[in-house]
Amino acid sequence: MIEIENVRKSFSSLEVLKGINLTVDKGEVVTIIGGSGSGKSTLLTCINGLEPIDSGRIRIDGTDVHAKGTDLNKLRRKVGIVFQQWNAFPHLTVLENVMLAPRKVLGLAKDKAEEIAVKQLTHVGLAEKLKVYPNRMSGGQQQRMAIARALAMSPEYMLFDEVTSALDPMLVGEVLDTLKMLAEEGMTMICVTHEMAFARDVSDRVAFFHQGVMAEIGTPDQIFAMPQNAETQKFLASVR
Amino acid sequence: MFNYTFHWNQALRALPQMLDGAVVTLQVAVLSMVIGVACAIALTVFRLSGSRILGGIATTWVEVARNTPALFQIYMAHFGLGNFGIHLSPYTALLVGIAFNNAGYLAENFRGALKAIPDTQARAGRSLGMTSLQAFRLIVLPQMLRVAFLPATNQMVWAILMTSLGVTVGMNTDLAGITQELNARSFRTFEFFALAAVIYYLIAKAVTLAARAFAWRMFRY
Repeated sequence: MIEIENVRKSFSSLEVLKGINLTVDKGEVVTIIGGSGSGKSTLLTCINGLEPIDSGRIRIDGTDVHAKGTDLNKLRRKVGIVFQQWNAFPHLTVLENVMLAPRKVLGLAKDKAEEIAVKQLTHVGLAEKLKVYPNRMSGGQQQRMAIARALAMSPEYMLFDEVTSALDPMLVGEVLDTLKMLAEEGMTMICVTHEMAFARDVSDRVAFFHQGVMAEIGTPDQIFAMPQNAETQKFLASVR
Repeated sequence: MFNYTFHWNQALRALPQMLDGAVVTLQVAVLSMVIGVACAIALTVFRLSGSRILGGIATTWVEVARNTPALFQIYMAHFGLGNFGIHLSPYTALLVGIAFNNAGYLAENFRGALKAIPDTQARAGRSLGMTSLQAFRLIVLPQMLRVAFLPATNQMVWAILMTSLGVTVGMNTDLAGITQELNARSFRTFEFFALAAVIYYLIAKAVTLAARAFAWRMFRY
């Protein structure tokens, strides 16, 4: 369970998160929608401790992420994250990209790590690309590799930060299909996205962020069919 | 106007002696690079440390090494330090001078290479549970090496050519030193120096080609 309690965060004088409260249960898929600069992506990087918070608390299975004694490296094995820019490691083949963390962080033997990597890459449809370097692949393929790389650590939670925003429109589908597959398999996920149809299809709950505040949260039907908040209505009208 | 008779035989007879010198030349160059790389790594760490004193030392080193003649740097290592009672042999002084120069250029090269790798790479590693050291060693460093490698090769060639400045501090066992002594005895300046130039050229070219082959093999992506 991820528990976010009254989290505040500023970048110098700009307050990007103004007291966020959100609880995500095991197996739940929550998508976060909202305009640029609404604080959605920042929240994700706070959840796995890549960004510190100013006040409030984030707990993952009871562990306070931002407490002094917390072993973030250990925590991050449990919480995978995939970014808008996939950040493939260019000096490693696709297979090596996915094997690296299981070997070096989990300390698995080479053949065991390879087995996991092959399984995950097959899962995201990249079984043919094992020996290829990432820069020989399309953005969609690299993004799917990044997803496999995160999954190879067998995380319990996955955070997706606008993973289709930097892709050509024709490549968005393959990545969204991968996310849908994960959601159906029961992965606990928080997805920041601009893909409204996707949010409607896969989410248990949809949260709308506006200027650092969670303006509204509800089931996809509630948010998309009868939004209550004026800002949500305005936002949805503009993206349709 | 040209009534000079070439005496190539005399030069060619001295070839084995000159090749012995070439070995010393290569030895000094290689050692100066090893020391230079080690110092450059230290200087890079100093500059990233955030300490004003360490940063100041590193910046001064880099500035002096890059903006004063290599000849002066070698002179200082021999005669300059001699004034303070630190007496380095010509060989050591030449080595120290070139290593100093190498470190300055290489530190700048390393800093550029480090900047060329986006922060998001280390961040991706951290988010997979790596420690910052692991992320640096496994992700940033290998990419840095590729960026820094070919400029470092240029510095190696430059180091080989700089060894010839050793004659000014009395170095007489390297290629330039031996050539200079043969010249002083025979006054066949053109022949001896032309032959030495060919040897320098061949060493430099061989180093460049070997480095290129190595890079092609190592950096496949």
